[in-house]
Amino acid sequence: MTSTTQAVAAAPLPPAAPRRDESSASWRLTDRLGLAFAWFLGVLFCVITAAIVLYLFVQGIRYLRPSLLVTNPTAGYSESQTGGFFDPLLDTVVIAVMSMAIAVPVGIAIAVWLSEFGRPAVLARVVESTIEMLAGTPSILLALFGTLLFEAPWLGFLSRTSGDVVFGRSFFAAAAMLSLLALPLVVSSVREGLQAIPSHVREASYAVGKTKSTTTRRVLLPAARPSVLTGSMLGLGRVIGDTAIVVLLLGNTLTNDPSGSVPILSALRGTGSTLTSYVYYNAPTGDGDQPGKAYAAAFVLLLMVLALNVGVDVVGRRGGELRWNS
Amino acid sequence: MVVGLVLAMFVFVLHEAWPSFAHNGLHWFGAGGNVDSQINAIYTSGDNATRAVYTFHAWALIWSTILIVGGAVMIALVCSLFVAVFIVEFAPDWMRAVLGPVVRLLAMVPSVVYGLIGVLVIVPFINNHLISEHAKASVTPIITLDGYSLLAAVVILAVMIAPLMIAIFVNGLRAVPRGWLEGSLALGVNPWRTVWKVGVRTARPALVAGTVLATARGVGEAVMLSMVSGSVGFAPNPADGLVFIYEPSRPIAATIIDNIDQLTSPPMRHTLYALGAVLLFSAAMLSFAGWAAKQPLRRYGVLA
Repeated sequence: MTSTTQAVAAAPLPPAAPRRDESSASWRLTDRLGLAFAWFLGVLFCVITAAIVLYLFVQGIRYLRPSLLVTNPTAGYSESQTGGFFDPLLDTVVIAVMSMAIAVPVGIAIAVWLSEFGRPAVLARVVESTIEMLAGTPSILLALFGTLLFEAPWLGFLSRTSGDVVFGRSFFAAAAMLSLLALPLVVSSVREGLQAIPSHVREASYAVGKTKSTTTRRVLLPAARPSVLTGSMLGLGRVIGDTAIVVLLLGNTLTNDPSGSVPILSALRGTGSTLTSYVYYNAPTGDGDQPGKAYAAAFVLLLMVLALNVGVDVVGRRGGELRWNS
Repeated sequence: MVVGLVLAMFVFVLHEAWPSFAHNGLHWFGAGGNVDSQINAIYTSGDNATRAVYTFHAWALIWSTILIVGGAVMIALVCSLFVAVFIVEFAPDWMRAVLGPVVRLLAMVPSVVYGLIGVLVIVPFINNHLISEHAKASVTPIITLDGYSLLAAVVILAVMIAPLMIAIFVNGLRAVPRGWLEGSLALGVNPWRTVWKVGVRTARPALVAGTVLATARGVGEAVMLSMVSGSVGFAPNPADGLVFIYEPSRPIAATIIDNIDQLTSPPMRHTLYALGAVLLFSAAMLSFAGWAAKQPLRRYGVLA
């Protein structure tokens, strides 16, 4: 409880009031130079971002054709032969939905357990540092680990098998590992939200005779909904943007390549590619080398990220505060 | 369950990596020979199981990782510190309203998009405008310079990790008790000095934490670096003078993703997992360092 009250007491610090009445004319030259440098870097930052976004917009509009969105990639040597990216687009959505379906419930559960229950304390500490560790783990490592894990014979039902050899690359494998990537973001965001709820809200709920679990379910989680949303969207951004795991665990085949005969399950057991791996494949350094296609796909990707970013912004506004933490 | 999974990750990866370390001993980390031809030898030896080749000296890859990540972190650290101070104390409201979303957007742009821009814009620019013919000729017998370079990798990585740093720095600076700053102002210290001497100094743990997190991100960045760093197992040599920043290389994480098709060959597999184990170890160490740096922050009741 004490930590909660402390956090609440620390939270409403007023944002730094801009001191307009004071000019920097009386400062030493070095200080004024420093301030000018800070201004310069701040503006430079905006310019870089604007340049990236505008450049991709221009290139995207130049290369993006509606037909690209509905045709499948084919192997070829020129822009006109290689088709569009319907499957990567579809797979991006599928993968995002699958991994968020894992990451969000697990993340909420862990966050609630950590901030509301947290017993035994030793275990809570360990879980906390593990989550932090997971946040710092490179995605390529998760991918390597995923390869090992899903090549295990007893997980063979999740991917393609030929005889005894398990291929270990499928939508299931990729989504499971990507959810690990999103998990820390969801956990930290939900925890922050829960900790921002004043303790008297909880006490009011106990006072009318609700149990701890009912309080959590009926009072705290609805109150923390904005932070759940923010966390999921940040996680989603991470999932959509990740390439290493997709290249390794989704098989990186051009089109969807189902395995087996059960309609949906077979597709999910099969391999495919997402927009990120499509861009990677079509960049000049990749095997495809079709920069126009790469630009178009990157443009679509950027649009998704922009939409997510706006979403985070809207939720953050509605939550009443601007979130700097990602 | 999550704890178990992470433990399993350590055990699995280290177990899979062991043969490579065991065959090379400490020479694994040393220099010697050409890494690319070693990788090739390891890969082709997978076909005959009796005489697997494991000889591998990863120094070129490790050196490249150190150079790229070190350079990017240094650039990003200075820039983010200034931008964070600017956002917290000096920016007018409209500027703050712009910078917030901008920072978050930059943090969310997928690394492959950065890579694509790097390959199609920055790399040709460096090749056509920055590297002189003379510079190219000076290192011709050893390596070709074509724009895929340390410089490109460092610049793009710096842009990639700066938003992470800024977000954490801003949090840390915001948490500095207002009264401390006002005390300094009341003594007649100007706002600029106040922020640097009081604010930044108090927020030091946040600075360390942000830097550590950004470093971890840079070390683990595979896709973007594999696209712009040149993907040549070459150790850029500072003795070459200024040309050195135009030399290509390939960091550890990029090596893994470049050679991922070769997982089918058992010795190659062990070697790649050994590279992964090095990454895992450094990630664990960085995460521990970040945790240690955050401890003083908790004393103020601030969770960064």
